[in-house]
Formats: sequence, C-alpha cells, structure tokens
Amino acid sequence: MIQWTGLLVFLIAVFVLVPSYIAASGRTDFYYTLTSVALLSIASAGVWLTFYIGRINIGQGAFALIGAYVSAILVTKAGFSFWLSLPLAGLFAAVVSVLIGVPILRLRGVYFAMITLVLTQVVTLTALALPVTNGAKGITSIPLPGEISVFGLTVIPDFAGLENPRLAFYYTSCALMVLTFAAMYRLVNSRLGHLCRSMQQNEELASSIGVNIAHIRVIVFAISSFLGGIGGAMFGSIAQSVYPSSFQVTDSVNFMLNCFLGGLGYVFGPMLGTLVLYFGWDLLFELGRYQLLVYSGMLIILMLFLPNGLLSLRLRGKGVAGR
Amino acid sequence: MSNLLEVRHVTRKFGGLTANNNISFSVNENEILSVIGPNGAGKSTLFKMISSFLPTSSGEVLYRGERISNLKPHTVARMGVVRTFQETTIFKSMTVRESIVVAQHLRAKASLAGYFWGTKSAREDVESFGRYADDLIDFLGISAIRNELASNLPQGNLRALGLAIGLATDPKVLLLDEPFAGMNHDETMRMVQLVRKVRDDRGVTVLLVEHDMPAVMSISDRIIVLNFGEMIAEGTPTEIQNNQKVIEAYLGSADDEIGI
Ligand SMILES: Nc1ncnc2c1ncn2[C@@H]1O[C@H](COP(=O)(O)OP(=O)(O)OP(=O)(O)O)[C@@H](O)[C@H]1O
Ligand SMILES: [Mg+2]
Repeated sequence: MIQWTGLLVFLIAVFVLVPSYIAASGRTDFYYTLTSVALLSIASAGVWLTFYIGRINIGQGAFALIGAYVSAILVTKAGFSFWLSLPLAGLFAAVVSVLIGVPILRLRGVYFAMITLVLTQVVTLTALALPVTNGAKGITSIPLPGEISVFGLTVIPDFAGLENPRLAFYYTSCALMVLTFAAMYRLVNSRLGHLCRSMQQNEELASSIGVNIAHIRVIVFAISSFLGGIGGAMFGSIAQSVYPSSFQVTDSVNFMLNCFLGGLGYVFGPMLGTLVLYFGWDLLFELGRYQLLVYSGMLIILMLFLPNGLLSLRLRGKGVAGR
Repeated sequence: MSNLLEVRHVTRKFGGLTANNNISFSVNENEILSVIGPNGAGKSTLFKMISSFLPTSSGEVLYRGERISNLKPHTVARMGVVRTFQETTIFKSMTVRESIVVAQHLRAKASLAGYFWGTKSAREDVESFGRYADDLIDFLGISAIRNELASNLPQGNLRALGLAIGLATDPKVLLLDEPFAGMNHDETMRMVQLVRKVRDDRGVTVLLVEHDMPAVMSISDRIIVLNFGEMIAEGTPTEIQNNQKVIEAYLGSADDEIGI
C-alpha cells in the first residue's frame, strides 16, 4: 500500500510537478539536466545489475556509445524511424555484450573490472577507425524522432514539429526510466533475481543446486548492456549527434559511482545516486578548479560512512532488493 | 540393475601429487556408503570428481550407465547427483526458507521470462516451492530456524541447512562431505537419524565422508577406505573394523578414532 502511494507521488512529481515548476520559473535548462539524469540512471541501472551478480562493471560507456552509433546509423543511413532504432540499438549492444561476456564473465573482481574499463576505450577507437561511424567527425544532424501513429491516430508526435522538443524528450526519458526501474524491480524479485542473489553469495553452492551460472551471468550482462544501449541511443537523439568521445571512460566510472552512491542493495539506488552525483557536480561548479577535488573528497567520505549507499539511510532494514 | 553409481579407475593428480589413484567401486541404489580415511587421503577430491566440480585426470564415473564425470556441476545436479560441502558453504544473507526455495531451481517448470511476467505456471511454481520448503523444514525438524538468516546460525544448524539445500534439489544421490563435523554427540545422533530418514523415506542414495567413526559405523551399509589416494579396503562396518590394512593406516592416530 505504502509502495503504491510512493509510486504515485513519484509519478506525479516527475510528470506533473516538475514540468509545471519549470514552466512557472522559466528555468528550461532544467529539462536538459533532468533528462540527462533520467537517461544516465537507465544506464546505471544496467551497471547495478552486473553488480548484482558480483561483477564490477566499468564498461557501460562502451555500450552506451554502441547504442548511440547504432541508432544514429540506422536513422541517418538506413532511414529507420528513431523509435524502431531505439530497441535495435539496445539489442545490438546486448548481442555485442554476449560475445564479449562469454569469455570475460568467468573472471572475477578486479580482473573483470579492468577488462571492462578498457572496453570503452576499445569502442571509442573502433568508432574512430570504422568508415560507417565516420571517424572523428562523428555522425551529425541526426533528425529528431518522427511521428508514430496507429490507424491514423498520432500516438507520438513528430518531435521536429513540436514547439518544445525538450519537454518531449523529458517525458520520453522519464517514461523510459520508470519502465526500466519497474522492470528491474520485477526482475530482482522474480526467479532470475533470486538466482543472481544465490550466485552473488556463493557461486559453488549455486552450481551445486543446478544453477547454470555461466548462462545466467551472460543473460544479466546482456540485459545490463541493453540498458546502456538504450540510454546511449536516447542521448544521441537529443544531441542530434554522436562522436567517438560522446561516452568516455569517465562516464563509465560515473555509471559505477552512481550505483555505489545510491546503494548496491537497492534497486532504486542507481536512480538516486545519479540524481545526487549529477546535481552535486553542478552545484560545486562555483568552486572552479577545486571542483573535482572537493567532489572526490566528498565521495570518499560518503562511501566511508555509508558503505551501503544513500538509500541505507532511509530504508535501513526494509525494502532491501529481493526481499 | 542395482548399480546406481560406478566409479571406474578414477585418478586425480595435482601436479606431482596423486590425490586419487585408480579408484574403482560401485554404489547400490538406496544404500548408505561411507568414504573414510586420514586427513588428506583424497576423500573430498573423490566427491568433487563424482559431482564434476573437478575433472578427473583419468577414469570415469557412471550414473545409471551414463558418464557424469568431466561435465559441469549444474549438469550433474540436473541428473540427480548433488553434493554438499565440507566447509560451511551457505547463502549467507538468505533465510533458511529462502535458501530452500531458491535451491528448488531444478524443479522449476516455468522459464525465467515466465517468472518475470508472472505466468500461471510461474505462479504455480512459486506456490509449490513454498509448500515444498515448508514440508522439508518439517521433515528435517528445523522449523525453529525457518526465518533465521543463515549467517546467524550456529555450526550444528548450518549442517542441517546444508543438507536441506541439497535435499531441496530432489536428488537421487546425495554426497555429504563431513555432515557431522563440529557437532556434539547429541547433534551428531540427530543428524545420523536424519540421514537415515532421508534414505528410508525419500529413497535417496547417500555417500558420505566422515571422521566420526562411531557415527560412520552405525550409519553405513558399506565403507570404503582411502589412504594417501589409494583405496585400501571396502566392506561392511564389521569387516572394516577388523581389516588389518585399515588398522595399520590408522596406526599412530588414537585408537578410538576408528572405534575399535
Ligand atoms: N585444488 C588442489 N590443488 C592442489 N592440491 C590439492 C587440491 N585439492 C586437494 N589437494 C591435495 O590433495 C590431497 C587430498 O585432498 P582432499 O581434500 O581430497 O583430502 P580429504 O581426504 O578430503 O582430507 P580431509 O579429511 O582433511 O578433508 C591433499 O594432499 C590436498 O592437499
Ligand atoms: Mg575433505
């Protein structure tokens, strides 16, 4: 009951209160900020899921970049609708992650982390080298998402014809975020989530009860990368451009930090973590060249005192994922 | 045929060390067979090869005539041969009941996607997992710790939990590695009763490794003795107690260790 009320309040805040506040205050730059938070939290949710099988994933930037390019190429070169390119971008990222995941997912701890850390760089270099990605010039002038109509009824309007495409992107991104986290919540509380928990706690015991751990790891990594691809594709569409530097190693690190900060034990951790990190960074802008120093220092302190993330403050003992 | 499990000329080398050397024996359906031997004799290694946690260096293990060695542990578990662990290997942050529910993985009828969408068969599975978990908890007489976190359990209960997790997979053959370790006399006796009950009521064939000789002598139909990786004897408890080689192997260790 409390959960449903919470969800309702959240939905009203996101879809009604925030837009009316922005309209009233005229701070339309907030649309871009909050849209970014929503999309980054989708990609972070993927990273959180890899944490859930006991793997530190510092490679989500790679899959975001892949998603951004796949969507951009499909829209600009093959004339696909953006709305079709979006799931395809996620799927492509997932397929790539399966190919990479099969050999590397058996590695643990720092070994897996190191390889994923290199992934972002590898994808950047690949984007620079391939003809289809147009090298350092990237892909620009990507058209805005077009209309979707069912039986002549417009479900989603042509973004180019809108007075305020930023608002449309905000709604789309938030809807995707809500969908992502609803799916994550369901996943964590369904059998796959339970099996992940068993693997995270003891892989040997999990395999002794018949869990095909290699198989589950690959499935989870694919879902994780799917989310990265979706987030990346949305970013590309908003910026109407993709460059090899659109997602960098720092982004991959940030995705991971979002999860740490929000709390690895909570499905909604990455959402909160992303929000706090993104705004925290912006708020420290005034500090000029000390920005990074203060920011990093605060992160270290936070993680020392709240090893289970921000959500452990409010939800101590309840609402733990999978319970 | 009553030969359920057959170990055929199994050898395992770790570098220069031969942990198991050309071991052969067979296990009858519905029997309780113990593997004993001094520390480092190769008992756990043998169990790990039977359950495919370790590949053999040579030789093979057959279950109902099919090879089960050198496969993947989950494949062998799926066929009905399941091991428990010598160390206290548990799901630390799950409760007893949660552990037993998750351990019923192999009984699942619905697919993972089915659980995500909550299909009818998934809902039926979840319900039957819960019911079965409660039955198993009653069967093992551990209802007092049903909702305890595994990490909070004392040693004696941990063994029972290990057994419960193994049983939840609905095995045909259960390999128990030192199920009585760290237990006092009463706990051991209760556990001995449980293992018997598992065999009698559920028709599970049990292989066990144990150092507690009185327990082994009372529970086993047959005993196999390993020493420095060699199988030096096989027989009924009485035969083993009177076997000269076995007595020699245990010489130097306290007499009561073998219960004579
Ligand atoms: N993974 C391994 N790598 C190298 N040597 C190993 C490995 N596992 C076991 N051994 C060695 O093989 C021998 C047999 O070990 P094993 O664990 O099978 O003995 P055990 O009979 O179970 O002993 P205990 O009664 O102490 O449990 C020992 O000398 C051990 O050191
Ligand atoms: Mg052992």
